[in-house]
Amino acid sequence: MMDLDFTRVRAVVRKELLDYRRKRSIVVTMMIFPIIFLIEPVVAIFVAAPVESGSALRTYVVLPLLYMLLIAVIVPSTLAAYTIVGEREQGTLEPLLTTPLSEQELILGKAAAVMIPAVAVCYGVYGLFLLAVRLFAHPAIASAVFHNGSVILAMFLFAPLVAGWAVVVGMAVSVRASEVRVAQQLGTLASLPMVGVIILLVTGVVKATFTSAVDFSVGLLAVDIAALRIVARMFNRERLVTGAKNKSS
Amino acid sequence: MDLTIPGGPKGERVSPNRAVADPPVAERTASDPVLVVEKLTKRFGERVAFSEISFEVGQGEVFGFLGPNGAGKTTTVRTLGTLIEPTSGSATVAGVPLNLANQVAIRQRVAIMPEAPGLYLRLTVKENLEFFAGLYGVRHAEERINDALDAVNLRERASDLCGGLSKGLRQRVGLARTLLSDPTIMFLDEPTSGLDPVATLEVHNLITALRRKGITIFLTTHRLEEAEKLCDRVAILNTTLRTVGRPEDLRAQLFKKQLVLRTLTPLGDPDRLFSPIATVEEWSIDGAGAYVLTVSDPVAAAPEVTRRVVGAGADVLSISETKHSLEDVYLELVDEDVEARTT
Repeated sequence: MMDLDFTRVRAVVRKELLDYRRKRSIVVTMMIFPIIFLIEPVVAIFVAAPVESGSALRTYVVLPLLYMLLIAVIVPSTLAAYTIVGEREQGTLEPLLTTPLSEQELILGKAAAVMIPAVAVCYGVYGLFLLAVRLFAHPAIASAVFHNGSVILAMFLFAPLVAGWAVVVGMAVSVRASEVRVAQQLGTLASLPMVGVIILLVTGVVKATFTSAVDFSVGLLAVDIAALRIVARMFNRERLVTGAKNKSS
Repeated sequence: MDLTIPGGPKGERVSPNRAVADPPVAERTASDPVLVVEKLTKRFGERVAFSEISFEVGQGEVFGFLGPNGAGKTTTVRTLGTLIEPTSGSATVAGVPLNLANQVAIRQRVAIMPEAPGLYLRLTVKENLEFFAGLYGVRHAEERINDALDAVNLRERASDLCGGLSKGLRQRVGLARTLLSDPTIMFLDEPTSGLDPVATLEVHNLITALRRKGITIFLTTHRLEEAEKLCDRVAILNTTLRTVGRPEDLRAQLFKKQLVLRTLTPLGDPDRLFSPIATVEEWSIDGAGAYVLTVSDPVAAAPEVTRRVVGAGADVLSISETKHSLEDVYLELVDEDVEARTT
């Protein structure tokens, strides 16, 4: 990978965040799923019986993990799918590509700009859940949640990594797609394998222990980095500018 | 319009081929060309976008790039701006050879304004410029942005969202963006396309101001009167380069010098009057009492013709030299291509 100029990467991140903030539909999309996914586990702790069995207590620990990681997949996938094809549709891609910005800097800046709010929302919602548990949950439930360090660790490690996967896959679609709507649908579809991984984790097929959390995180990180490199290679200025399907002769 | 151009050089630039009608700025001196294109070709599969084009652009020159739709003008700009790889041939852009390794270096030295300015409509004018200043790594960005806004007379609209601006104002923001990086060459692709006459005039004024500052401008346009007004030299492209030169030189190359004579009544024996005049090469009748004379030297021929016609007892209504516009040159060359394709 060539040398990166982080001033340019920062400029992209700043512009993207500014642009998201001004687009109401993006803000609504980013907030609606997290709110829905927060309500269910919080309501569950309110209606829980004072004494629960061990397996029932596990639900209060693991179910929020499922929801929070789903937030990390769903929230960035739509935004990531918009990144490149959206620039193309609004006619801003060509001026952008005429600047010294490299493909890697553009991809990295765009990816970071999607990940930052997605992970912040995910952590924020999980923080709210933990706060609700601390304030309102039965002591047995609170104890189960707070004494399960490997799940909390998994949550904090996995959230950015699964979000990273969703972002990279969404951007790969965005680089190749010709329409925003198609890109968003394909981007969401392409994120589904990660949902499968989350389900394996939550259902206990993959045990959420400290070791498995760290191992799994390292694996995911490697996959994300490799995927990011592949997306940067898929980026073809000529095809993006001219729309020509085959590379020039 | 305030014409303070940010970062403009202070007189070291040159226009080696500057038109007589627009004399060079006194400070300019001769220098090497900043854009050299040699046999550059671009094909998309079987389709040829442009083929074996060669030309040079001098520093400080306003170079017009004309041609019909699909002639390859925009593809040429994109190729020289490193957005597209050429199929064959070579070019040196702002002193840097055009190749994969030099793409970033070239993009640092040039600025391209596409036909549509491509602004972020949810960002303000200033935010748009700040973003691009960041991408170019512009030092003292705030000051530079203000200078660019002053140059296009938009300082007071700096806080407006670009989505709320008219097309003309957006075009001006696009021009301000090209000024930010102090480019060696500015590629303007149809900068007045779709603008009303007032907005067009404003863009023309800005280009004139940039030229006075010695900034090299590569201007693609459909508007021939625009090219004639603004450009030192023009190239006419129709997949291949049909011609390059100063507008007046192109006119002289393509069209014979002609006088149009009008008399009150038709002349009795025009051949007896015109044939003895040494500077008259041929003549023809162009309606009742109207004659077109092809001459070697209009200034010498006109008084001689007038004297002989008056001497023969005819009343002269007018005698004038035929003026060919750049549009005539363009149509002549493009029509030749159309004819060549149909035969």
